[in-house]
Amino acid sequence: MLEQPLEIAKDQNALGGKPRKPPAVEQSNGKVALIFLLPALFLLAIFLVYPTIYTFFLSFNRGRRGEFSNWVGLDNYITLFTKDPNFIDLSKFPPSGALFNNVLWLIFYTSIVIFLGLVVAVMASRVRYESIIKAIVFLPMAISGVALAVIWVFVYAPDRNIGLLNAVLGIVNVGPISWLGDPGFVNAALIAVGIWGSVGFATVILSAAIKSISTEVIEAARCDGANEFQVFRRIILPMVSLPISVLAVTLTVNVIKLFDLPYVMTNGGPGTSSRVIAFTMYQESFPGGLFGKGAAVAMVMLVIMTPIMLYNVRRFRTSSVV
Amino acid sequence: MSTTPDVLAGPAIQARPRTLSGRIVQALNKTPIHIALGLIAIVWLAPTIGLLITSFRPRTDIQATGWWETLSTLRFTTDNYLGVINSQGMLGAFINNIIISVPSTLLPLTICSLAAFAFSWINFPFRDTLFLIIVALLMIPAQVAFIPVLQLMKPFGFTNNFIGIWLAHTAFALPFGIFLLRNFFITLPKDLIEAARIDGASTLGIFRTIVVPLSVPAIAAYGIFQFLWVWNDLLMALVFVQNAANNPMTRQINGLLSQYGTEWNLLAASAFLLMIVPLIVFFSLQRYFVQGLLAGSVK
Repeated sequence: MLEQPLEIAKDQNALGGKPRKPPAVEQSNGKVALIFLLPALFLLAIFLVYPTIYTFFLSFNRGRRGEFSNWVGLDNYITLFTKDPNFIDLSKFPPSGALFNNVLWLIFYTSIVIFLGLVVAVMASRVRYESIIKAIVFLPMAISGVALAVIWVFVYAPDRNIGLLNAVLGIVNVGPISWLGDPGFVNAALIAVGIWGSVGFATVILSAAIKSISTEVIEAARCDGANEFQVFRRIILPMVSLPISVLAVTLTVNVIKLFDLPYVMTNGGPGTSSRVIAFTMYQESFPGGLFGKGAAVAMVMLVIMTPIMLYNVRRFRTSSVV
Repeated sequence: MSTTPDVLAGPAIQARPRTLSGRIVQALNKTPIHIALGLIAIVWLAPTIGLLITSFRPRTDIQATGWWETLSTLRFTTDNYLGVINSQGMLGAFINNIIISVPSTLLPLTICSLAAFAFSWINFPFRDTLFLIIVALLMIPAQVAFIPVLQLMKPFGFTNNFIGIWLAHTAFALPFGIFLLRNFFITLPKDLIEAARIDGASTLGIFRTIVVPLSVPAIAAYGIFQFLWVWNDLLMALVFVQNAANNPMTRQINGLLSQYGTEWNLLAASAFLLMIVPLIVFFSLQRYFVQGLLAGSVK
């Protein structure tokens, strides 16, 4: 399946008039290759391949101290999906639990980041200080999730002398609201921080895509009487649909791996209301000591990640090789 | 900048006006955009600047007034920084960050370059199959490996020194690094490498004198990405650093936050210490940095 782009590349090479040769310098030199590959293969085998198999089997064990002590079959998975309201609780509306919080993140974080990224990229392209705006919005990408968390713990602080948000709301006599201490607000508050941290990334990617649209096309449309909204809707939007799908995939991977913000800002709380799956995996395994259950959560993450990464790698390969 | 260049401007196209009044009209047309962008700039700058100002304010001021009222007091101090460096172990944590990050960047750069070279310019059996397997490993979240790797490291005591976190960061960086560098290496001109081969250069010689020098931009972009990734990491440090004396800053700050929730002065100063290095990298190597991050988006 992934072979195809490479074949196309070779064929194009052949069509270009050059003799068709394998892209290697030496004919079949296994020993030399092994020397170059050995450090990588050694580490990958020990730190990725073997652990994946181990964790797969561990997820069917009670797994005290991380050992294969007590085979329980699918028990860990059944517990996670039916008996653990901290992981997923579908019995009430709206549902709750770590997995559901990931769904919330997926829906709101992904769509709002792309929307704001597009808005900022389009607006910035029309002013002279474009690069400054892009740098300002991109800056949070450089800093650690932990620093991001501390910055926003300040903004959200209920004390009006510390928390900027409650100070602003105080002007119109609202609050103070405990953004991180109220189960009704905590997920929205955390997602807002995630959005704040990622919009710059979307802006930079989408801005590059917008720049690639030829000005003649846009001028021709304006010539024909298109207004600014129509130019955006009919020309810019279709041209950025591929970068948007790339972004959507990247942001989805971010959501699955999300750990720092909930861990630092709320430690999954209040109670367990802001947990996400990566947090649950850490929490159940290490402070909790429930390694079998932690292994099952890790396998759930792997299963969710697989189709996304397959798509991602396939796209990346296609675009870079051909 | 307006998107319409003057040269191509016909009668119905909005060109840059040449008269002063025309420019004023155009500026007014863009007023909503300027206002919106101004608001965006405020929302994206205020939280970080607020933290910076807070980190230089005396502890009593922080509790009495907001940082936005600082103009009325104008009292600044470096006590908060001295406090976290002297009494909260932040200097040691800063040094630990360097000790962790440098090998965790150089090791994967070396190992990935070697492997990527083999995958792009040496012919050997099952090459493409092996490469596909490595790419498939991109799918594995680090969480899947935590428990077994800890079990493996336990008898060697790797989590009590830096070896555990070095190895973990290196190993988890490999699939992506090999993938990225290999995709760059195959774009190098084939003729150049074949010419070197005919001149009698060894495989290692080709790698050292042709492939690596020509790939400096790609290797640098990946190196910066990996360095910041490790510098900013919390999760791997939580799992693979089990000796408190080796904690990096991210763990130290998290400890400060959960230990004394409201010591705002210490929190602000330590968060800025954590941000200094990434900010320097951001402002000095912005081009490589953005490239690295864009390329890193598949990780």
